[in-house]
Amino acid sequence: MLEDRYALAHRLYPYARVADQEAAAPAHHQAIVIGGGPVGMAAALELGLKGIETVVLDDHEGVGQGSRAICFSKRCLEVAHRLGAAGPMMEKGVEWSLGRVFHGDREVFDFNLLPEEGHRFPAFINLQQPYFEKYLVERIRQVQKEGVSIDIRGRNKVIGIDHEGDEVTLQVETPDGEYRLTADWVIVADGASSPTRNMMGLGFEGKVFEDNFLIADVRMKADFPVERRFWFEPTFKGSGDSALLHKQPDGEWRIDFQIGWDIDRKEELKDENVRARLDAMLGPMGIEYEVVWTSIYTFQCRRMEKFRHGHVIFVGDSAHQVSPFGARGCNSGMQDVDNLGWKLKRVIDGQSPESLLDTYDEERLVATDENILNSTRATDFITPKSKISKIFRNAVLDLSEENDFARPFVNSGRLSVPATLDGSSLNSEDGLPDGPERSRPGAVCPDAPLDGDFLLDRIGDRFAVLAIGVDVPDFEGDLDADRLVFAKGTIPVLDERYLGEVKQGVYLIRPDQHVAARWADWNINAVRKAFERAIGKGAEG
Amino acid sequence: MAKLNRSRNITDADDIYASLIAAHEGLSDKESAALNARLILTLFNHIGDAEVIEEALGIARLSPPVEW
Repeated sequence: MLEDRYALAHRLYPYARVADQEAAAPAHHQAIVIGGGPVGMAAALELGLKGIETVVLDDHEGVGQGSRAICFSKRCLEVAHRLGAAGPMMEKGVEWSLGRVFHGDREVFDFNLLPEEGHRFPAFINLQQPYFEKYLVERIRQVQKEGVSIDIRGRNKVIGIDHEGDEVTLQVETPDGEYRLTADWVIVADGASSPTRNMMGLGFEGKVFEDNFLIADVRMKADFPVERRFWFEPTFKGSGDSALLHKQPDGEWRIDFQIGWDIDRKEELKDENVRARLDAMLGPMGIEYEVVWTSIYTFQCRRMEKFRHGHVIFVGDSAHQVSPFGARGCNSGMQDVDNLGWKLKRVIDGQSPESLLDTYDEERLVATDENILNSTRATDFITPKSKISKIFRNAVLDLSEENDFARPFVNSGRLSVPATLDGSSLNSEDGLPDGPERSRPGAVCPDAPLDGDFLLDRIGDRFAVLAIGVDVPDFEGDLDADRLVFAKGTIPVLDERYLGEVKQGVYLIRPDQHVAARWADWNINAVRKAFERAIGKGAEG
Repeated sequence: MAKLNRSRNITDADDIYASLIAAHEGLSDKESAALNARLILTLFNHIGDAEVIEEALGIARLSPPVEW
């Protein structure tokens, strides 16, 4: 049954009958993405831009309503930038850096996410999810005109999946009836309740937190400072055990109330009940508002045992789900895409063994566990599950007001930072151990300003050799990588982030802008060996 | 002279906090209170300085910081 699971904010890809539906035998595609959310669309862009012929199947015809993901991290924006979609996101998004933490009616402390200079992107922007998705689709429309093969099919619901050998067969339902498709590769991005995962009978294990959060997007009629406010045990009536207030574009604010476990969802979502809570919070501040969107959600921290199942690969919430504190949902899904794209391309082109895709599992499982750990801890702090846990939580808050030393214990969400892939089988041993820790093998390359642009504008999609203070000869023919050479002292920020106390260095950087290896000197044999390792041929070399 | 270190002195607050909460898992209120008491006394011994402990007690009572 084709049903509307949610209301659309933008109808971007209305159903249209395609030739595949008339075909006598199932039409075949190189890659099919199931699900047209932010991660699915990013995956389609990633694959399409790499020359992989891609079809997106979404059971809706566009983008759903509501701010939902709201906080987009620096790494997420860097990935979007590599895909050519970050421009409008930055233009529309709101940057914030001041956070204020309250306990009851007392302000406990404030913090400033003082941005480090010399990066193209800030730590975070706030942006309603429909905009983020819309900009990805608009980017797809743009590259389609340039000949990139991405085909978005709205109202195409996958109702069956069969995986045999190297081919996956999908049964698709449309308003004109069902049809079949086959694909070499299927990327599953159909969300936390993933119908595809269920059809394949795969588990999704973890923890459900017994609490509900009521979220409301409101448009305020007055100016209000651009800051994040978080209340533990707020005093305004009906707000529950915690509340969060966050700025969004278009004069909108996002408000989250923690309203407990035993609730009647339908009752709580009634306009008058939502307004009663909002009046209690905003009324005393003298703020008039209108309600734009509301929803209720429950926290879960769960993941699949593995994300790759042969030629079916799970990304985003369908693979792993975290509680929202820390903005680790959509942001980690974008990093899944970042990690998977270049690997799949190499495997499709026969440049790497298929086992390279197992390192997608290896690396993203580590990142997932890190995200789950952090969001579980934040959730435990915000919603203590025992009496003693609450006593300690409140003790931390009581101490924090006067004592700075207690503030590191306050956990209203540890904001998403990119996973460092320490211990990945694709890394080579650190040949520059006295170099900066932030650029060690496995780390995402720190950005740096260059002449007129940024370092991350010049690396990505291909392997790259970055050398500072080392003369690297032209290695064309020997190594399939870009070559960036800088004299030491020309760009101090680059030196600081890649050399630190050492006087020179050579980096091998992966297409997803992670450091694969680094050395003090140029040695083509060492670099070639690290390259082989990073493309999944380590066992043979 | 204040002897108690009141500046940040812990590198991974989240790990330590998680261990603390985990240590209490499954305990009754009485058992939790007893665990806390044992923990405090153990740490007292490690500190081994009555002046420091007196200052810490002052902070725990949430009395305003004493200026020396």
